[in-house]
Amino acid sequence: MFEGESVQVPVGPQHPALKEPTSFMLTLQGEKILQIAVRLGYNHRGIEKACEERTYVQGIYLIERICGICSHSHATCFVQAVEEIVGIQAPPRAQYIRTIVAELERIHSHLLWLGVAGHEVGFDTLLMYSWRDREIVMDLLALLTGNRVNYGINTFGGVRRDISPEQKADIFTRLNALEERTKYYVSVATQETTLINRLRNVGVLSPADAVRMGAVGPTARASSVDRDIRRDDPYLAYGEIPFKVITADCNDVYGRTLVRVGELMESYKMIRHALEHLPDGPIAVKAPRKVPAGEALGRYEAPRGEDVHYVRGNGTEKPDRVKVRAPTLANVQAVAKMLEDRYLADLPIVVAAIDPCFSCTDRLTEVRRADGPSSVLHWEQLRQYGIEWHRRHGIDFSKLNNSFRCPEDH
Amino acid sequence: MKRPGRMLAEVLRSALRKPATVLYPFVKILMPEHFRGRLHFIPEKCIGCKLCMRDCPANAIQIIKVADKQFRCEVDLARCIYCAQCVDSCPRKALEASREFELAQLQRKDLFMRESPDPSKVSAPASEQPKTESAKSEPAPANKPANG
Repeated sequence: MFEGESVQVPVGPQHPALKEPTSFMLTLQGEKILQIAVRLGYNHRGIEKACEERTYVQGIYLIERICGICSHSHATCFVQAVEEIVGIQAPPRAQYIRTIVAELERIHSHLLWLGVAGHEVGFDTLLMYSWRDREIVMDLLALLTGNRVNYGINTFGGVRRDISPEQKADIFTRLNALEERTKYYVSVATQETTLINRLRNVGVLSPADAVRMGAVGPTARASSVDRDIRRDDPYLAYGEIPFKVITADCNDVYGRTLVRVGELMESYKMIRHALEHLPDGPIAVKAPRKVPAGEALGRYEAPRGEDVHYVRGNGTEKPDRVKVRAPTLANVQAVAKMLEDRYLADLPIVVAAIDPCFSCTDRLTEVRRADGPSSVLHWEQLRQYGIEWHRRHGIDFSKLNNSFRCPEDH
Repeated sequence: MKRPGRMLAEVLRSALRKPATVLYPFVKILMPEHFRGRLHFIPEKCIGCKLCMRDCPANAIQIIKVADKQFRCEVDLARCIYCAQCVDSCPRKALEASREFELAQLQRKDLFMRESPDPSKVSAPASEQPKTESAKSEPAPANKPANG
């Protein structure tokens, strides 16, 4: 490679150091990254549009499947927005149960991230052990909600499952075990020199840049941006539960690690407090099937940052518009900044450090000239278009999707 | 104390421990009591209001009338997302979620659940209609709250 000459290297869409497809076009000079362009869209599923074709009740389960890791975040955010339009409020017990599930989800998400971060820097021992212990919280979620992922605990006006006294005791014991293990990981993260040296001064994002790029969640908090929706705009039971917002001033990947392990320890305290102060009473109030005309914005501090859902109702059983701003969409632009003038080898861990979720983020933007022709595709047309597109590329989905019934030879 | 090899002791200890994984399928982990697994249908309780069909996010469930006040339930297990909203929606608790989760099949058509009322109890349609109990004749409660 000659001095001054640059090459373009595509990373992704398949396996761009992650399990999800997205594409990074890198302009390299030697080992140095000059420029990075992120191209989203390989995971676009049209969920916002699909919500308009489904009733609100069906919508909860669809919204929940935006993301497999922070499914409770999306569902709660959506449910909160709809409850605001309808003008109902979930009873205090339901709010607490939602909060407990939310914090359990944060624990599982951050433990997952810790493992992924270890994997990206070649510390697979950390991946194996942290994920082994993450099973404790996954089992707890299955116990409380009925499933390990996509918990389906939310419904309009409350929650679907109560927490029994036996379950409560069970949560306490398992939480103690998990907290013990997490303390160990905190000590590993803060004392293992190979890890610290690999993460220090990698993916630096200055506080000013974090604000300018609109970073959210642990990515922003690791750059001393003290923002947390749980404290700034309390929802659920967060107004009544004491907790510290963890920040770090390292501005690098190591800071993001410290923030996440710090948040883990806070989450244990919050769950204990919520369980000890669990109010009595009903777990749900009746909600109407039809949502009046109106609009609302739900805000929620997901494990990855602020999640925003906008819902507009039109007096029917189906929403008029649902708009999701997932935290990764806010963070992904910061990645380009973090990697400027850095080495190619830092790409995997820097991308992984924002804890990206591309299935949350992917969306379609159509840029139109103001004076150009406009068109609106309806759901059926969109679906037909998708089937035709795949057929042109040699895959025929039409039979698969149209048959509800199983063949009669069953 | 900052030093490399912080996890070494843990790794060595684990070498002497039993594996954290289970020997599936020889050893099976039982799912918790309220797990949302394969659905089961109780034909005697179904009143045919079809609220489950209305709320199913995946259009996976169908309630089909087989005779007067007798209904059959069909669930496409490949479409079902196991949210158990139908269980919540059902005003008569005719559906329940089980702990079964091993649903893999070699053929798509086997991923199908069809639970019909007991043939001996199915009353023949039309002619024998008055024989079935009339006290319980309740119209399908379309105005009942459904979102559990």
